Amino acid sequence: MPDQNGEPKRPDPEALLREAATETRGHLKVFLGAAPGVGKTYEMLLSAAAQRRAGVDVVIGLIETHGRVETEALVHGFEIVPLKHVDYNGRHLQEMDLDAILARRPALVLVDELAHTNAPESRHPKRYQDVEDLLAAGIDVYTAVNIQHLESLNDVVQQITRIQVRETVPDAFLDRADEIEVIDLTPADLIQRLKEGKVYVPGTAERALAHYFSAGNLTALRELALRRTAQRVDQQLLSHMQAHAISGPWSAGDRILVVVNEHPKAAALVRYARRMAERLGAPWTALYVETPRSLRLGEAARDRIAEALRMAERLGGEAVTIPGRELAGEILDYAAKNNFSHLVIGRSRRSRLREMLFGSITSEIVRRAGNVAVHVVTGDDKAAPALKTVDTRAAAPFDVRPYLVTAAVVAVALGGGEVLARFLNVQNVALVFLTAVLISAVAFGLGPALFASLLSVLAFNLFFLPPYFSITISDPENVVALFFFLVVALVASNLTASVRAQALVARQRARTTEDLYLFSRKLAGIASMDDLLWAISSQVASMLKVRVVLFLPENGSLELKTAWPPEDVAEEADLAAAKWSWESNKPAGRGADTLPGARRLFLPMRTGRGPVAVIGIDSDKQGPLLRPDERRLLDALSDQAALAIERINLSDDFDRAQRAAERDRLQAALLTSISHDLRTPLASILGAADGLAALPDLTADDRKALLATIQEEAERLNRFIANLLDMTKLESGAIAPTMGLVDIGEIVGSTLRRAERILAGHRVETALAADLPMVKLDPVLFEQVLFNLLDNAAKYAPAGTTIRIEGRREDEAVSLRVTDEGLGIPPADLERVFDKFYRVRKSDSQRAGTGLGLAICRGFVEAMGGTIETGNRADRPGAVFTVTLPAQPEATP
Amino acid sequence: MNANAATILIVDDEPPILRLLRTSLASQGFQVVEAANGDTALAEAERSGPDLVILDLGLPDMDGLDVIRTLRGTGNAVPILVLSSRSDEKGKVEALDLGADDYVTKPFGTAELFARIRAALRHRLQQQGEQPVFRSGDLEADLVRRIVRVRGEEVKLTPKEYDILRMLVAHAGKVLTHRMLMSEVWGSETDVQYLRIYVRQLRQKIESDPERPQYILTETGIGYRLKAE
Repeated sequence: MPDQNGEPKRPDPEALLREAATETRGHLKVFLGAAPGVGKTYEMLLSAAAQRRAGVDVVIGLIETHGRVETEALVHGFEIVPLKHVDYNGRHLQEMDLDAILARRPALVLVDELAHTNAPESRHPKRYQDVEDLLAAGIDVYTAVNIQHLESLNDVVQQITRIQVRETVPDAFLDRADEIEVIDLTPADLIQRLKEGKVYVPGTAERALAHYFSAGNLTALRELALRRTAQRVDQQLLSHMQAHAISGPWSAGDRILVVVNEHPKAAALVRYARRMAERLGAPWTALYVETPRSLRLGEAARDRIAEALRMAERLGGEAVTIPGRELAGEILDYAAKNNFSHLVIGRSRRSRLREMLFGSITSEIVRRAGNVAVHVVTGDDKAAPALKTVDTRAAAPFDVRPYLVTAAVVAVALGGGEVLARFLNVQNVALVFLTAVLISAVAFGLGPALFASLLSVLAFNLFFLPPYFSITISDPENVVALFFFLVVALVASNLTASVRAQALVARQRARTTEDLYLFSRKLAGIASMDDLLWAISSQVASMLKVRVVLFLPENGSLELKTAWPPEDVAEEADLAAAKWSWESNKPAGRGADTLPGARRLFLPMRTGRGPVAVIGIDSDKQGPLLRPDERRLLDALSDQAALAIERINLSDDFDRAQRAAERDRLQAALLTSISHDLRTPLASILGAADGLAALPDLTADDRKALLATIQEEAERLNRFIANLLDMTKLESGAIAPTMGLVDIGEIVGSTLRRAERILAGHRVETALAADLPMVKLDPVLFEQVLFNLLDNAAKYAPAGTTIRIEGRREDEAVSLRVTDEGLGIPPADLERVFDKFYRVRKSDSQRAGTGLGLAICRGFVEAMGGTIETGNRADRPGAVFTVTLPAQPEATP
Repeated sequence: MNANAATILIVDDEPPILRLLRTSLASQGFQVVEAANGDTALAEAERSGPDLVILDLGLPDMDGLDVIRTLRGTGNAVPILVLSSRSDEKGKVEALDLGADDYVTKPFGTAELFARIRAALRHRLQQQGEQPVFRSGDLEADLVRRIVRVRGEEVKLTPKEYDILRMLVAHAGKVLTHRMLMSEVWGSETDVQYLRIYVRQLRQKIESDPERPQYILTETGIGYRLKAE
């Protein structure tokens, strides 16, 4: 398989060769079955019959009907190449006559039982080799085979069915098939057919047969067949893509699992797995198994584990932590359950002595791996510092309380024992003490439990075993009893304590997971950067009980974006630390190696693409800012936050690109508009004026026409410039409406007077409701809105039609509708007519507008707190524009 | 009316506008005096005592509004016709409130300009004695007997409606700002919406189609004008 990291677009020559090779070769179609009896031969004959009907020259090279009537019926009508008779060692055998078929040269030949072994002294030992010859001769072949005969699956099948299959076909042969058809039958149906005697398996004993056709086996075989075919589809796709230089996504069905632990080499393992995953185009997962031993790990070790897992996530893998007791078993179990095909592990670091005593995890995994390929990565151990398991509890201040409580519990047990001893055999008292030991183990762990064991033995000895109040024991029997009591107590406390430890680990992880989950859920829904940063800082602050500041890069420098609590400010030293952390991608400030004098600790927030922000934290707490587990939580939170920030950055980038594109479009439109809309009327005016000046012999009518042109075009120019001015004012935010209560009717009147000349060719109807209240608006702006709407209607509706202005009251609003009798607005344009420089395309040569009028309408109406919308008339073609403004309570003079 | 013998002072710094006004005014028999800036304008107003001033608000040396202020400040009552741009409603209202008589929006048609000039000049000639009966189309207003008729039929007006109409009739053909009307009718400045409500009522009484008025025209953002014959 070629490396995908090579030049991505060059077709792979091998793939092309493979394609070319298949062009002259015969076409091979394999009918693949999961088990005998699914109907491969029958299906093959059906397909061949269809080919024959289509006029293809089909012959039967060899068909095994096993006496099935339906199958035999199908054979009729086919030309059959007679079988060759072979006598071998006194046995009479029949074989397919390869030479006869080659001589016959049909277009398509049917060859059943592909895995068949030929009689000795045949040309090829195996039938599939005969098929190869046929294909090489350019003859198409239909053949049938069961999945159990596939070489690579041979042992798997044997495991499943406990039947050794000797006749095999190499995988490569199947891989070269041009077509594979899986003949699928549900296990239940197949068993039914078996009962009906329709299934024939040669040379198999009755009992073996019954076992072979168990539902479980058949399901497994069926899955094998289907999976194998699915894989082939993958490969065909891959081959096609390679041959045609189509780049990814590839799926090869491989999955890689890398096991990490606290060893410094964990990061190297993760990187190894990632390289391998890239090569195979496979998904991959980093796994950490949390054992009771994990609790005793030192902080540095825990950091390394967390870092390895986070690195896996950064590199595109998945990170998983599972609880477990026994490493090898848990790992293999996880790999098997999740379908991993490759397992990457580091070499076991146990000493030779320990390896001899307890075995090595590595070799145990390798031994038990089964189908999973195990990659053991070795490295230079000497380079890595030796790591010891550090008992974190030793580091923690010694807590006496559990021991005091334990002593109390034992004391109670002693009391109880004293009472019991009056009625029962003294040996039973041991059980009371054992209970006390177990209680301390459950409640406080190993230490107190051992302490309880000791106390109990002492108390038992002193108070219950003669001579009383003395350590000496008179009865040797009691010595033995006491000894076994001690052993039982120790074992029980050990077991209980380890269960408790595991439960603690699980609880802790559950809490962390919960926190992280809540955090990521909080971040997921946020769409704006400000809200996101706010959420991050407040969440981190509340989870870790710290104060938080967030720095993000802006215009080449690092800016304080959010702080929690909000009034927090950053001092000079803090800024320097934040900057250093950003630039070097390392922690800085309080508690770090660099600039430890700063008030806060700064950590870079990274994603796979690099740092996106710097988070700074501090608290009033004396001493270290964060406990190591808090620090790990912070790292995890900061990773998630970084991803969320990147998500918004990317969408912002996208928005910016879109806005830039829009700006470019508008600029281009503006240029077109100005050059066209300014020049056209100017050309007309100049031309007309020239004509008037240079042509003295013009008739009075011609002069009038030229003068009218000058007037009209000058007016058009005037309107255009007015529009440009309005638009400029809108865009520069210079529109400050002078709002007042105005009678809409009055504005309609003044607008109609102003638009008189534009509307000369149309009828105008007005229908203003009598109860129309005064409306708060800017009369000048509103008049312009109405003027533009009328101008638009006059432009798009043919002359002679009616333009209607309706005003009505609607609950809390007043609406003014302008309807025309033009063609209406194409539905696709409805959203865009209010866009700047957008003009609805018109069929005739009617003069188009400036593309600004409606944009201005919207700008003005919105500036006045109203809305404008458009639609088409329901009763007839025509556009409707509706301006709606909030109504004011009617004022009475 | 001997209006055509009047002297008109044109104040504008744009040569093409000057040329246009000079040519068209002279063709109507007016005497034309020109000034390209505010100082010259004030000097000419003093020297040649024009019957009308056409004043562009944008001058190179001073604000056109200051020219109005200075002229009115020195007691010069010459009618002033302001040239202004379309979107400058504030400037127009200010000029009118300072004492300008009317305005024409650039770009303007010659017909409109002459109508304004005539209205301003007529108003000046009539200042001493108001014409007792005003007629425009079907509207007839007898200011002496306080009778208003539309198509010969008497229309009942409330006192405020009558006051508004009387003001408009007294300045027929000229624009009256909201403020002028309000201070005249109410004696003080009131809310413009009251004025609008009265105008609407007035229109319903005297206009045949109040939505498309023929007599009381709205100058949007500025005020009202009664259409003169």
